[in-house]
Amino acid sequence: MLWLVPALPLLAFVLITAFLRRPQMLAAYVSILAIAISFVISLATLFRGMSAPAGWRVESIVPFFTIGPMRVELSTFVDGLGAVMLVVVTLVSMLVQIYSTGYMVEHGEMDPGFSRFFSYLSLFTCSMLLLVLANNFFQLFVGWELVGLCSYLLVGFWYFKPEAADAAKKAFITTRFGDLGFLIGILFVFAFTQSFSFADVTEAVKSNAIPPTWLTVTMVLLFCGAIGKSAQFPLHVWLPDAMEGPTPVSALIHAATMVAAGVYMVARLFELFESAPTAAAVVAWIGGITAIFAATHGLVMRDIKRVLAYSTVSQLGYMMMALGVGGLAAGTFHLTTHAFFKALLFLGSGSVIHGSGVQDMFFLGGLGRRMPITKWTFLVGSLALAGVFPFAGFWSKDDILSSAFNSGNYALGVIGIVTAFMTAFYIFRAYFLTFSGEPRPDWVDPDVFHGADAPKPMIDVAHADPVAAVAYEPNAYYAATHGPAGDPHAAHAELAHAEAASAHQGAGTEASSAAEHGAAHGGHGHLARGAHLAHESGPAMTLPLVVLAIFATFVGFVGAPQAGNPFGRFVTGETAAEGMNYALAGGTLILALIAIFWAWSWYGRGAFVREPLTALGPVYVMVARRYYLDDLYNWMIGVFILGFSQVLAWFDKNVVDGVVNLVGWITRVIGDAISRTETGREPNYALAVFGGIAVIVFVLLNYAVVR
Amino acid sequence: MLTIGLTHYLVLSAIVFTIGLYGALSKRNAVVILMSIELMFNAVNIAFVAVSRFLPPTAGSPPINLSGQVFALFVITVAAAEASVALAIILAIYRARKTVSIDDLNLMKW
Repeated sequence: MLWLVPALPLLAFVLITAFLRRPQMLAAYVSILAIAISFVISLATLFRGMSAPAGWRVESIVPFFTIGPMRVELSTFVDGLGAVMLVVVTLVSMLVQIYSTGYMVEHGEMDPGFSRFFSYLSLFTCSMLLLVLANNFFQLFVGWELVGLCSYLLVGFWYFKPEAADAAKKAFITTRFGDLGFLIGILFVFAFTQSFSFADVTEAVKSNAIPPTWLTVTMVLLFCGAIGKSAQFPLHVWLPDAMEGPTPVSALIHAATMVAAGVYMVARLFELFESAPTAAAVVAWIGGITAIFAATHGLVMRDIKRVLAYSTVSQLGYMMMALGVGGLAAGTFHLTTHAFFKALLFLGSGSVIHGSGVQDMFFLGGLGRRMPITKWTFLVGSLALAGVFPFAGFWSKDDILSSAFNSGNYALGVIGIVTAFMTAFYIFRAYFLTFSGEPRPDWVDPDVFHGADAPKPMIDVAHADPVAAVAYEPNAYYAATHGPAGDPHAAHAELAHAEAASAHQGAGTEASSAAEHGAAHGGHGHLARGAHLAHESGPAMTLPLVVLAIFATFVGFVGAPQAGNPFGRFVTGETAAEGMNYALAGGTLILALIAIFWAWSWYGRGAFVREPLTALGPVYVMVARRYYLDDLYNWMIGVFILGFSQVLAWFDKNVVDGVVNLVGWITRVIGDAISRTETGREPNYALAVFGGIAVIVFVLLNYAVVR
Repeated sequence: MLTIGLTHYLVLSAIVFTIGLYGALSKRNAVVILMSIELMFNAVNIAFVAVSRFLPPTAGSPPINLSGQVFALFVITVAAAEASVALAIILAIYRARKTVSIDDLNLMKW
């Protein structure tokens, strides 16, 4: 039965791709039906596992292929961790797909790629399930690469948008850097243990088959894969750009699939990481650095989806930190709760974008009255992310912090607390900017000075970031490029956007503000709208929000220490549960509430006029430019990659081509010399023939074996 | 009394063959070369027939070993055919080039 879980979405993918380009709604129903059955099977598996004794696992294997001593198998392997992941993946995936039936329809017009979208979603889910069900490195890697491919396809779903196409490539190539390490790590594992199976490898490591130094190297290499896939520092740069994809895709990538793969892999190989303390420390510190580093980004982003994107990076760092310090239960618990509330937040932001057509929070505001369901569910998600009792994030975050402190990693614990504070601040900054106050479609940045003699404001550099500065609307863009002909309003809105983007890149002061104004007004067109024209989304979109909100509220209790942490016992198979650290929990809760109050006083209390954080000056600019990391990478590519390429090009032109030319030259010279023997005179040829025969006869007479 | 044995025939054959070879390699006139080649054929025929006459029959074969004689007949046949083709070629060359001297027929070089 279990094999049906990935097989059904795969079947849906094949069916939709082959037969169901039209009618498009049918494609969505097929896809949703497939994932729903998968979800039911997963849920049944989970319940079976919960009623089974500790150490429960189900495993069935089909031989895939054999090369020499290498046997590769396809498996459906489920234990506590796998069962939880199955349910999370299928549930979130199902809700996202239901949501997409609303999101991918704009004003009664379906996206032309509607059925393609659902076929990709199905393939994406199938890949992730394949990965979750792996009992060996080979299948893990196959699923791993497939989710990478699907994220490429989905981030670049609106491939006619250059930003989306670039973001897709960036996502694919950046994660590929990590995948290289991952692949080498897998080959190391195979070289040492002659097996791909997790069980065999764990056995081998326990019997010290791998020298400790090499084990550390191998585990760090494997972790490289997770750094890429789960967007850890320094390979996190692709994730915020991946926001160019449709919002349901962002929700899926950030909650259930792509980025969860890295964390899941580390959790799955937890015993191996435990055997290599140095590698585990690397995991913990990369996680910690990522958590706090990404959280600072979240503070200054203007695009609502980017706030959430950096939030995801930060939370993934949290999970890695937990796994690194030995908190398997804590890390996977946070992975689970995060999947629910982050999916909720993303779908909520999608609802905002769908309803208002605006992504820049400075132009939003006052949506609470127009989109009550979105508002309340977003509030639930924000509370969960901020770690407020009794929402899901509170329990998992507390679990992580206490495992950091219990393991003696006080520095990481402090990093975690600071991150938690910033998290609460930025998510409520986003919440208040979006939902409270009045709509600000005509907002003008007061820090952009007018007049030629105005001092050049520092802030302009920050706003020159075209992504942060332009209220970008995928749907409006879409309508403008692909809508019915003769829709001048939409086209006009699009033009205004393009102008705004180019002006911002030029960092001109006056032009910049004027164009920005134009961008905001551009939203008044026929299809593009503004926050003041927002409307609540339809039931296909609000239903998943409500379901996810319920989960985000209550799912935390399954990991409550007071109840003996049933989640942790189920996932780790251990019976001992740690009690709650009330001082820590209470302290972080108070900090979170302070942060929320702070965010309210800056963004929720009065009318929003200017960003208070700009008072930080250069620091603000630095963070808004993402610590210049993208610029650094561009520079590095320019200097190292292109420089190295030029060396290689010289080598190719002179050495490789030279050898080839030399071979050609030698052949020609020899040919010239030999052709001189071709006199054209028959007697010469005849003499040669006769001479040859004479030699043969001579040899045969003297050396032939006489019988 | 001198008995004519196999050796004599073979020496005769060798002498005729060598004369033919010398002619084929050194003469310039294509017709002469053709005649020299005929000499070589006939030298071979002498050797075939002589050997056929003098070698003892093998077990299970007829009392006289005939395969050498049969071969000689084949060579005569083939030589006739060869001569006709070669003469036709020479004739064609002569019509085209007004010469049969092979020194002037060196188109087949590089």
